[in-house]
Amino acid sequence: MPALLETIAAIGLVSCFALLGTSRIGACIRWLSLQGIVIGLVPLLAHDGGFGLRVLLLACGNIALKGVIFPLILLRLRARTDYHREVEPFVGFVASVLFGIVALAVSLWLALALQPALRHAPFLMLEAAIFLVSIGLFIIISRRKALMQVIGYLILENGIFVFAVITVVTTPLLVELGVLLDAFVAVFVMGIAVFHINREFGSIDVDQLTALRG
Amino acid sequence: MTMSATGLHWFLSPLCALLLAPLLPGLINRTKALVAGRRGPPLLQPYRDALKSLRRGAVYGAATSPLFRLGPVVNLAALAASLLVLPFAGIGAPVGFAGDLIVLAGLLALGRFATMLAALDTGSSFEGMGASREAHFAALAEPALLLALATLVRVTGAVSLTPIYAAIGIATWAHTLPTLALVALTFVVLELVENSRIPVDDPNTHLELTMIHEVMVLDHSGPDLAFIQYAAALKLWVLGALFVGLVVPLHGGSLWLDGAAALLGMAGLAVGIGMVEAAMARYRLVHVPQFIVGAATLSAVAFIVYLA
Repeated sequence: MPALLETIAAIGLVSCFALLGTSRIGACIRWLSLQGIVIGLVPLLAHDGGFGLRVLLLACGNIALKGVIFPLILLRLRARTDYHREVEPFVGFVASVLFGIVALAVSLWLALALQPALRHAPFLMLEAAIFLVSIGLFIIISRRKALMQVIGYLILENGIFVFAVITVVTTPLLVELGVLLDAFVAVFVMGIAVFHINREFGSIDVDQLTALRG
Repeated sequence: MTMSATGLHWFLSPLCALLLAPLLPGLINRTKALVAGRRGPPLLQPYRDALKSLRRGAVYGAATSPLFRLGPVVNLAALAASLLVLPFAGIGAPVGFAGDLIVLAGLLALGRFATMLAALDTGSSFEGMGASREAHFAALAEPALLLALATLVRVTGAVSLTPIYAAIGIATWAHTLPTLALVALTFVVLELVENSRIPVDDPNTHLELTMIHEVMVLDHSGPDLAFIQYAAALKLWVLGALFVGLVVPLHGGSLWLDGAAALLGMAGLAVGIGMVEAAMARYRLVHVPQFIVGAATLSAVAFIVYLA
């Protein structure tokens, strides 16, 4: 089990770096899908012997939503808005990857500080969760295209999900499904909003949204 | 059959490298040709090229200083010296001491430095451009190499290349799979970057504006060119041995079996590089730093995953 969790954490971390260093939005969406699938497996492995229906349902729901449905929505949106690249991000791609390394170190330090309070959480997953949250926030603030901000939001969501799964021993199923539903609705609404922004203004560049003021 | 305690087998690792290294470029070129549907040059072509160049006289420009003649010699000497600390196929290196992995990185850097000085010495702006690119990419590639080696040091707890590679076995892979896989990936990228293979540089072109290594050696001729080509093959071997030692971690005790497995691994690596070269286009020059920083990131992730 620990080796599997380690592999999952490593894939999660590498997918984050790929997301930081890729300009093609299609490739970003595929990496996000991989990340969603891998992270959906965490509930199955996080607690020993917890192969109940609840855990299974949670994992399946996560993989279906984050691994398949969200990427499909985003790919459709990308095709309809016809933006295929993040051309000039506020922070360049090499600089973003370097930020990722710094963020990795900081999240390691944070996880070390948090570890005494959360004894039962696997350390590496704790670190990965903090890292995912910081990378999600970073992508939201450093990219111009509204689609990339949806991707950033989903990375952030992944991080929060991992954190919740490994730290809280049991959450009511209803709460977890509610969180999933929230994320689903959020992506849905963001998709519609991005589509309308594109149709109205001919661009999904968030830098130009200041022109919205009358 | 074992040859331990005779001391003879200590010299097998450098000997293998010195004799077989030029086969690697031969294999790569042959694979590329076969994938493209051509027959390709014979496997021994690099040896023939080197022998032909050795028989020729060298031409030195009037504007060059002795530094220009020193470049290829120092480069070859540095790479040959690096073979002394390089373990291969479960055979220990002739020389091993704490921190010899930094000596290995240093010798690679020294060879590169000599080549760059010789390139700058010609006074040609074209070669200066190549030297500048080489310096730029090397500055990014070296941290990746050192981080990868540092990760291996942490995983095995040894600080010398021979014990490090002796400690990596199938059991090590079983419980540090992600870490070692990331380090192995870093070595593959470094093999491509340091040897100017295709996603970074095209070794076949002589007039492209994006080339790096070829541009620095344009003015060398005769024996100097032979030294450079031979040194390039040795460099391919050195970085390849670091990778193969990691992914073919067989220490069965039998020298011949282990050696055969490692040699097969090297051949597989060469064929793999040939396939990559046949399948991929070169990156635009501005994307190369991204590729190398990506490699450094992989080893940084490996280091941290193991740390945790």
